[in-house]
Amino acid sequence: MPLRGLLRLFACLALALPALAFAAERTPKPIIIIDKPGRCVEATETMRREHPDLLKHQRDLTVHEGIRTHKHSLKECVQCHANANTGSVLGEKGFCQSCHDYAGVKLDCFGCHASKPKLAGGAKP
Amino acid sequence: MSADANEALSRRGFLAISAATLGGVMLAPGIRLIEIAGARAPEQAASKQVRWGLLIDTNKCATGCDDCVKACATENGIKQSGHPRTDPQWIRKIELKDLRSGRTHSVPVMCQHCEHPPCVDVCPTGASFKRADGIVLVDRHTCIGCRYCIMACPYKARSIVFQDVTEQNPDVPRGKGCVEGCTLCVHRIDRDRQPACVEACAKAGHNAMIFGDLNDAQSEIAQRVAKYASTQIRADLKLNPGVRYQGL
Amino acid sequence: MAESCVYRELGGASTRYWGLLALLAVPLALGAAAYFYIEHYGHIVTGMDNQIVWGMPHVFAVFLIVAATGALNVAMAASVFGKAAYKPVAPLSALVSVALLAGGLALLMLDLGRSDRMIVAMTHLNAKSIFALRVVLYNGFLATVAVYFWFMLERRMNPYIKAAAILAFLWQLVLVTGTGLMFGFMVARAAYDSVLYAPMFIAFSSAYGTAILILILLAVCAWEERPISGELMRRLKNLLGIFVGASLYFAALFHFSKYYVARSHDVGQFLLFDGGVYTALFWLGQVAIGGIVPLALLLRSQVSRAAVAAACVLVVLGGLAQMYVTLIGGQAYPQILFPGMVEASSFFDGEIHPYTPSVPEVLLGIGGIALAAAIIAVALRALALLPERLDQAVGPQA
Repeated sequence: MPLRGLLRLFACLALALPALAFAAERTPKPIIIIDKPGRCVEATETMRREHPDLLKHQRDLTVHEGIRTHKHSLKECVQCHANANTGSVLGEKGFCQSCHDYAGVKLDCFGCHASKPKLAGGAKP
Repeated sequence: MSADANEALSRRGFLAISAATLGGVMLAPGIRLIEIAGARAPEQAASKQVRWGLLIDTNKCATGCDDCVKACATENGIKQSGHPRTDPQWIRKIELKDLRSGRTHSVPVMCQHCEHPPCVDVCPTGASFKRADGIVLVDRHTCIGCRYCIMACPYKARSIVFQDVTEQNPDVPRGKGCVEGCTLCVHRIDRDRQPACVEACAKAGHNAMIFGDLNDAQSEIAQRVAKYASTQIRADLKLNPGVRYQGL
Repeated sequence: MAESCVYRELGGASTRYWGLLALLAVPLALGAAAYFYIEHYGHIVTGMDNQIVWGMPHVFAVFLIVAATGALNVAMAASVFGKAAYKPVAPLSALVSVALLAGGLALLMLDLGRSDRMIVAMTHLNAKSIFALRVVLYNGFLATVAVYFWFMLERRMNPYIKAAAILAFLWQLVLVTGTGLMFGFMVARAAYDSVLYAPMFIAFSSAYGTAILILILLAVCAWEERPISGELMRRLKNLLGIFVGASLYFAALFHFSKYYVARSHDVGQFLLFDGGVYTALFWLGQVAIGGIVPLALLLRSQVSRAAVAAACVLVVLGGLAQMYVTLIGGQAYPQILFPGMVEASSFFDGEIHPYTPSVPEVLLGIGGIALAAAIIAVALRALALLPERLDQAVGPQA
């Protein structure tokens, strides 16, 4: 039956889809600009894997219990990682956005959170 | 010499020591209370022993004065878009006129931070919650924007954000689709500062608003509440708000 | 037990059926477009504001949900209370109930300020919230009705129909009570704050659900000429008449008590006399079109098929008017922070709040109705839910 042949063809094509993964040259690699000196609060590999969990845990502590330690605070991340030119972690060369665009993961944080650090003029106690 | 010094030491020393001890005994309770209510370290959680509150003397509130409203908007990054019906308002001045007596006054109203908040009861996800120290907040990570808390609040304290928000204050994250209201400037009081409205009112010299720990008998607010009559808005609902008013 | 009625799927020419689905696809697509539009730009594009936070989508959603709980009544009459005459219509009754509920719940979820957090809504439940409890109740209702449905269709499970039906009936009762109390327990708003909402919503749900069920039954039987006995029609129209009468009774009780009691007199006065569009919709829509005229049509001894259909349509329209008055009118009346004082502020305290429905909201609402209709159309074509003939005497309950 022609239908069966058609189904076989589609099955073969579907199995061949992973080949597209090797077309990665089309996607621009993330631009990671570290302006500020010093090291991140955790190792790079740890951060890459676990920053969503670290942030989620910290946010519950901060919002529900008022614990405002700096180590895993999103505000501190932005403070350090904001691009020196644009002043933001968003945008084409933004620290957060660049990797998230590459990985294809939606950035939900900055709908609410400020993507730019507080200006030096605004006193932060 | 040594005998004189010993004797001098022993008399002065005795006086000094006893003065210090007396002073210490008198001050120590106060210092301990200040420890609990004031200087909370960043890694410490909010405590149930504290209950933050506001005392507002409406006799000192002038009609037309909105220093507290402006300060709140500046602090929390709330911008007017020219559409007052959809712009969020965390605090507003209500102009009252008594129908029977004709007396008018002006009252600033914000989230009343109830002890039994209806908004917390109805929130389907638990995003609207009361912190251990009595502040009623919205956890915007969990808020789904159903607006049931707005329906349930007797004080019309909450607003929903209708449009995208930009240029937020990093201390006050706010965004589209979530519900928000007065946070009692939680980001300030956790760092031993006053809420923006209270600070602005004091700075302008009106001194109509006092902020403090209602559970701390030594605090100004607790002493005033114990001494002078104060009321809560819609006290008949038995929600026991943390915001109290004088002169109503 | 020999069954004289043979159940059959919706028949008729394919083209006619696909034409029906194509017709339903139009409001579905428009509703979907409206949803994405609102979700992208935020609720600023709707007519809602910080004073009226629940708009047209909620009017349609609560109507569908309330009607859904009532649409099961005919099936319950058959399976729980042993009224054998309704038995042929029981599967349709269960289907309509589930479909209307699905449409209403979809509307509620799609109108959220952060609808991308639907998973959060389903996984984080606040135990003290009636709203959260409703999530459990609605899903449980869908499950119990599905089980009841399955027992009706699967011959081997027929002996257990009554047990499943009793469970569904109890769940239905708790559910519609919870829906009513969702409004009734809002003590902050003068137009709500009344336990009467629970029995009132039971009456409303019975009326709206039965009206919609009768309309669909008539539509299916007209689609391909399945005869219905006059006896069945007489029973259904009397049932609807009782429910409409009960609705009028509770509405009268509710509004009278609001008007009479001094504490709520102002809002009672507003709803009954001073409310402008809400007063008009109440008297003309809920009472006249939704109550008195249908009763006049239904309570005669000989009622034509057309008259019954007309009465059902009027009940549905009256129901929508009632939901508008309850939801929007209830929000239009302001919260009173300082009883006995005149209030004015930049946040619109102390004044009646205006509201104009916007196009995206109405399209979204109609999309929800279309979703319910599409579920019914697909299920009727795929499953044998209605007998070929509804004009034969049915034996005792199987």
